[in-house]
Amino acid sequence: MTTETFRTCPESGLQFHKPAETLMRMNAVVAVVMLLIGGLSALAVTLTRWPAVHLLPADRFYQLLTFHGINMLIFWIIFFEIAVLYFCSSTLLKCRLATPRLAWLAFFLMVAGAVVNNLAVFGGQATVMMTSYVPMPANPNFYLGLILFAVGALIGCFIFLGTLVIAKEEKTYEGSIPLVTFGALTACIIAIFTIAMGAVILIPTYMWSMGWISHIDAALYRLIWWAFGHSSQQINVAAHVSVWYAIAAIVFGAKPLSEKVSRTAFVLYIAFLQLASAHHLLVDPGLSSSWKIFNTSYAMYLAVLASMIHGLTVPGSIEVAQRAKGYTKGMFEWLRKAPWGNPVFSGMFLSLIGFGFLGGISGVVMGTEQINIIIHNTIYVPGHFHATVVIGTTLAFMSLTYFLIPVLFRRQVFLPGLAKWQPYIFGIGMMVFSLMMMGAGTLGVERRHWDMAFTDAAIGFDYPASAYTLMGLVGISGSAAILGGGIFILITVVSVFFGKRVESESSYGTETTRLMKAEPTITPQGGHAAAGKWGFAAPGTFAMAIFFLAVFVVYYAINWKYLASVWPMS
Amino acid sequence: MTSIQPPAETIWWKQPLDRVEGTWIAIALVWSLIMFVMMPVWHIYGKQNLSNEAYRTTPAAYMAKTQAMVDQYTVRTETDQQIPVVKPPPGSDVYLLGRLWQWWPILELEKGQTYRLHIASMDWQHGFSLQPQNINLQILPGYEMVLTITPDTSGDQTIICNEFCGIGHHNMVGKIFITEGGS
Ligand code: HEM
Ligand SMILES: [Cu+2]
Ligand SMILES: [Cu+2]
Repeated sequence: MTTETFRTCPESGLQFHKPAETLMRMNAVVAVVMLLIGGLSALAVTLTRWPAVHLLPADRFYQLLTFHGINMLIFWIIFFEIAVLYFCSSTLLKCRLATPRLAWLAFFLMVAGAVVNNLAVFGGQATVMMTSYVPMPANPNFYLGLILFAVGALIGCFIFLGTLVIAKEEKTYEGSIPLVTFGALTACIIAIFTIAMGAVILIPTYMWSMGWISHIDAALYRLIWWAFGHSSQQINVAAHVSVWYAIAAIVFGAKPLSEKVSRTAFVLYIAFLQLASAHHLLVDPGLSSSWKIFNTSYAMYLAVLASMIHGLTVPGSIEVAQRAKGYTKGMFEWLRKAPWGNPVFSGMFLSLIGFGFLGGISGVVMGTEQINIIIHNTIYVPGHFHATVVIGTTLAFMSLTYFLIPVLFRRQVFLPGLAKWQPYIFGIGMMVFSLMMMGAGTLGVERRHWDMAFTDAAIGFDYPASAYTLMGLVGISGSAAILGGGIFILITVVSVFFGKRVESESSYGTETTRLMKAEPTITPQGGHAAAGKWGFAAPGTFAMAIFFLAVFVVYYAINWKYLASVWPMS
Repeated sequence: MTSIQPPAETIWWKQPLDRVEGTWIAIALVWSLIMFVMMPVWHIYGKQNLSNEAYRTTPAAYMAKTQAMVDQYTVRTETDQQIPVVKPPPGSDVYLLGRLWQWWPILELEKGQTYRLHIASMDWQHGFSLQPQNINLQILPGYEMVLTITPDTSGDQTIICNEFCGIGHHNMVGKIFITEGGS
């Protein structure tokens, strides 16, 4: 055992614990491999849904769609999240990582789970989509792989918690944990709940596929599967919101407008998001309307409130930091003068805007009990979640990666000129892609469907020409986004494995420093609002928030109007 | 760097909020409540609501009910597969089943009349998606969903399947013909 286990990065001042550093690197590298294979399948799937190309035969399409959903949503995101958890605990708190050996076990379990699951899908016996709705059967290894992966991820969560405990005991920091670590903690708590739900549903399903249990009720399966499937999306939200705060701090030295509000908003996620799984079941038989309304709205809207709060406080904290630097002209000088050529910032900001305007609004609208009737299982749904999980989570993680390449991997970013453009190609491509899918879904185009022309069906149906146009645009914008994703992978892989080393010295030693409290805010005369307008510290952000609300209200009303035009039913 | 450092004030929870935060939280909370209230309000004043009427069933029991309706009210058959077209009287119980990979039978309903439409799956999960109306429902095996509908447009409606149900999923198409009332 070497005693020289900590190094301090000279540029960022962050302190890395050697075993944690290696684990973060490995988890991040495997995550990017998953993104690569998920991205290749995205290309095949997208080119098949583009009616003029219609690339794959039906069986391959459904198989690769299953593969795409799982590798992207589960494997890419969670491998990266484990790296984020280790970063937010060990690195941010300047603390040694709890039980690195167990962390390796977690890592290998996750890798093994991913391999077992993917082999089952490639064997052709598990084309069941990531949701694997019973009673459609899959090869038992499909579920087994997911279970192994989940056990690994669960161990990772406990290592995060253990590290927090060590940091507290060894007093590696003063006062309370930083906001970003707090956000990661909420993600971790939600993850533990989620994985428990996953166990409750996947273990019996595995046993059913082995023939040990004869029957699983389809409605009960959906109820529990979505308690797992939806809350895992809350892990992503809590994680990428933490990444937004972290990037605001790294790039601008921003501090939260107030700790109280930002932290309470994170707690709202824990308190209310779990129940929101109900919004996947709004048109299912056997559940009452009062149950649906309570569980989607009481619960969901308080969680939505939390996201609306973060949506204000993250850019608000940037605005305040920028105004303090003297960018005080008008409402938006702070934003105009932001470093738009730095992919760490531009990716994060596009992520914030896309998540809020596209993912957030569409999610609330389609999660309204009655409006769901005109949206459920149309391609609107993937339109919505590509805005949340790709623009929101994936793009936020990509931005963080640009920061980590020099800091964690000690390499210079390869092709920095191209890296400047990458968030725009990926982010804007994905925004158009999501919008076009939502448009096609509004015209009734189905999700998870090989042939919108119904060529081989006994009874035909013709979608309007506009639906074909929109699906063509889905193909084009999706391909553009995949190009952006490909550039990201090229840059990261080349930087990490073949890149030039960062020149400054950062060697391992035993000396560690304690994490100090932030500098107290120097409040200008009349509160820090004095730098803003109307007594608001962040008037530009407030104006953007009001604009957001206006779009939200209008779009919400339009959907009620559309609903009112369909057949009366009760 | 501060959001990645411990808060400057030890007792950070006593710090007052900024006005921009307080104002926005109030606005966002009001909007959340409005959205919440809209759903019960639509149950009272709106015309498009799900009944939540549903029964447990079995494929055999449901098939028997559907077959009885088909035997009684078939008016003709369509397509090479001779799918029965069923014209049940207005106000009656109408049965539709989803199975790999067909919606069965074809229904013929009258515009402006009200029917109790029952739907269930015989095997896997299916997605009832009525186009171009764009009414979408999740159909499960073991559950019989009942919906009171009043078609208020004439012309054909197509039922497609929008829940993945295996390799024939994209061929699972059915029909509801809507005729002008009284004809
Ligand atoms: C450039 C990137 C991407 C493109 C062009 C793309 C494209 C697509 C397309 C065309 C579908 C099929 C929609 C359907 O027919 O139902 C799909 C499904 C899906 N995608 Fe992506 N995708 C991309 C990235 C991602 C990422 C990064 C994630 C997750 C983090 C993701 C998660 C999913 C999921 C969960 C599904 C649903 C699978 C299912 O229905 O079971 N995608 N994607
Ligand atoms: Cu089907
Ligand atoms: Cu289907």
